[in-house]
Amino acid sequence: MSTIERDLVGRADLEGVLREREREIAELRARLAEWEESYDEIPKRDALFTTISGREVRPLYTAFDRVEAEGDDAIGFPGSYPFTRGPYSTMYRTRLWTMRQFAGFATAEETNARYKYLLEHGQTGLSVAFDFPTLMGFDSDHARSLGEVGVCGVAISSLADMERLFEGIPLDQVSVSMTINGPAIILFCFYVAAAERQGVDVASLRGTVQNDILKEYQAQHAWVFPPEPALRCIVDMFEWCSDHTPKYNPISISGYHIREAGATAAQELAFTLRNGFEYVERGIARGLDVDSFAPRLSFFFDVHNDFFEEIAKLRAARRIWARGMKEKYGATNPDSWRLRTHCQTAGVSLTAQQPENNIVRVAYQAMAAALGGTQSLHTNSMDETLSLPTEKAVRIALRTQQVLAYESGVPNTIDPLAGSYFVESLTDELEREALDLFEEIDALGGVVPGIEQGWFQQEISASAMRQQREVESGDRVVVGVNHFTEGSQKLEIDTLKIDPVVEQRQVARMAAMRAERDDDTVRSCLGALTEACRSGENLVPRILDCARAYCTLYEIRAAMEVVFGAYKEPVFF
Amino acid sequence: MTDERKIRILVAKPGLDGHDRGAKVIASAFRDAGFEVIYTGLHQTPEMIVSAAIQEDVDIVAMSVLSGAHMTLFPRVKALLDDAGADHVLLTGGGIIPEEDVAALERQGIGRLFGPGTTTTAAIEYVRDWFAARPSA
Repeated sequence: MSTIERDLVGRADLEGVLREREREIAELRARLAEWEESYDEIPKRDALFTTISGREVRPLYTAFDRVEAEGDDAIGFPGSYPFTRGPYSTMYRTRLWTMRQFAGFATAEETNARYKYLLEHGQTGLSVAFDFPTLMGFDSDHARSLGEVGVCGVAISSLADMERLFEGIPLDQVSVSMTINGPAIILFCFYVAAAERQGVDVASLRGTVQNDILKEYQAQHAWVFPPEPALRCIVDMFEWCSDHTPKYNPISISGYHIREAGATAAQELAFTLRNGFEYVERGIARGLDVDSFAPRLSFFFDVHNDFFEEIAKLRAARRIWARGMKEKYGATNPDSWRLRTHCQTAGVSLTAQQPENNIVRVAYQAMAAALGGTQSLHTNSMDETLSLPTEKAVRIALRTQQVLAYESGVPNTIDPLAGSYFVESLTDELEREALDLFEEIDALGGVVPGIEQGWFQQEISASAMRQQREVESGDRVVVGVNHFTEGSQKLEIDTLKIDPVVEQRQVARMAAMRAERDDDTVRSCLGALTEACRSGENLVPRILDCARAYCTLYEIRAAMEVVFGAYKEPVFF
Repeated sequence: MTDERKIRILVAKPGLDGHDRGAKVIASAFRDAGFEVIYTGLHQTPEMIVSAAIQEDVDIVAMSVLSGAHMTLFPRVKALLDDAGADHVLLTGGGIIPEEDVAALERQGIGRLFGPGTTTTAAIEYVRDWFAARPSA
């Protein structure tokens, strides 16, 4: 018999129960006061007792630290509202998180080989990293792409490249995540067209396209169009995907880049969720039923160094989303309330000094992601502050997840930290801070005005500067960088180099592709797309036509830009 | 000879990479150190950077490159500066740049390139020392 049940037995006298409870609380307060007194008497280490976000944490948490008035309703059960304990009722007992390593470099062939390598080593999903030209909507043979083709990701300039990228990888069986935002609608159409070429039923596609433009303006900066037309493209994808690709996530609302740019955990949480609600509002404004698209909205968070704050952040995120979707936006389908997320360990926490130490950082962060209840995870490779990861470094990163999943016991019990005074208190605190930040954003006139005023950008930069000062003063210990340094800074690990020949090969291939395609079809598809941009019709079918005709990324972008214009950032520091 | 003139420095983000955390942190630190700082904003071509450097009559161009395109971008900006008669301008920077590339770029007349983990103090010191010892000082 549990304590909660024993409490009820033989206690018909309610007043007596109350008196007993009051006495217990008084006794607890007295014992706490006693402990505090003894604590004050003993000297402490000279250290920052704050999280990496600058949050003060107390030495001890007790039952008095839960601020959530609703008590256990705020915690609930996994798989049910408000989902604090996890989006699914059985969590990792049914299915472990998806181990999904972000990868892409050089040309489609080389990346295709890396994907096959990862799948052979037990990875369970794919995640495409595009090069900067692709992220910005430039073809490999565009003048602006010089020196950057295939360097930081894979170069994909047309359907032909996308077909090669997934050669021999059945798209109806492997879920694919694509990190692309500014030109997301175009790359998504290349992907759908590539699936068609494989003979795959498009309705069976599983996966995610990041497609979160708001955080691009705020933090990551790979934009193409200004906010309003960019948001229209996103809502077009919500609409099209809910009809044609019901298992595909047309957006991954991302805090990762906000955090990496310098935000605190609370800022990451608040900006990301507020962006999410912005997309919901835009969908509703289009006339879509909120429950027709909200179940396919997915999220992406960073897991940084501070172990408990990160776990609490993920728990708070689920609760804020559920409450907002139900109470404010009137969603009635529980799937619309359920926040599902991908996580990635914090790239910014990795150090170039003593790079093997990064393996340990990544392992702790990965454990925080699992304890926070993530649905998929990318673990960074130890060499990522130096170059794109080598095969060996990626394998260790993947093995780190496998050790966590199969050896640590962490996935056996759902939300094992629930009820921890500290973790519940942090969860409450982060929720409250996020709600306060929502009010600040509303006072600016909303997300887009906040972006135009540079508010998000300045808030993030200010946090980055504070963290930099802490590190430079030595107050924030970074092992191997400002403490425990070693004399030799000589690099002890291999790094991956991209051969400049990749760019020439890709440029030559573009020329061949342009020579083979039907120019009349290309022209007429692009003309129809420009017209659709003007008319306001859903752009996905038009861009799909362009993709099938082998129009290039930049040609499609340019056909849209005629109507939409290009984004100009507010410059400041 | 003491030089009371403020050091003028252009902090630039060349290429298509949008990672500007480092550029903004260093720009703020240079400003706090008393330098005149101009920040270009993102996605600049080498031509745009050199034209801003000439227009603003800067002493130093500091580029932040995390995209791996450093072997293209640094030499290109250096060549354009030289062509524009601005070979007295120091081209320096930082980012994710492997040691052997740093050495190769230094041989091409590019100043120090700072890697991850550098303190802003180290960069400020380098700029001050260079400025004090520059040929035209």
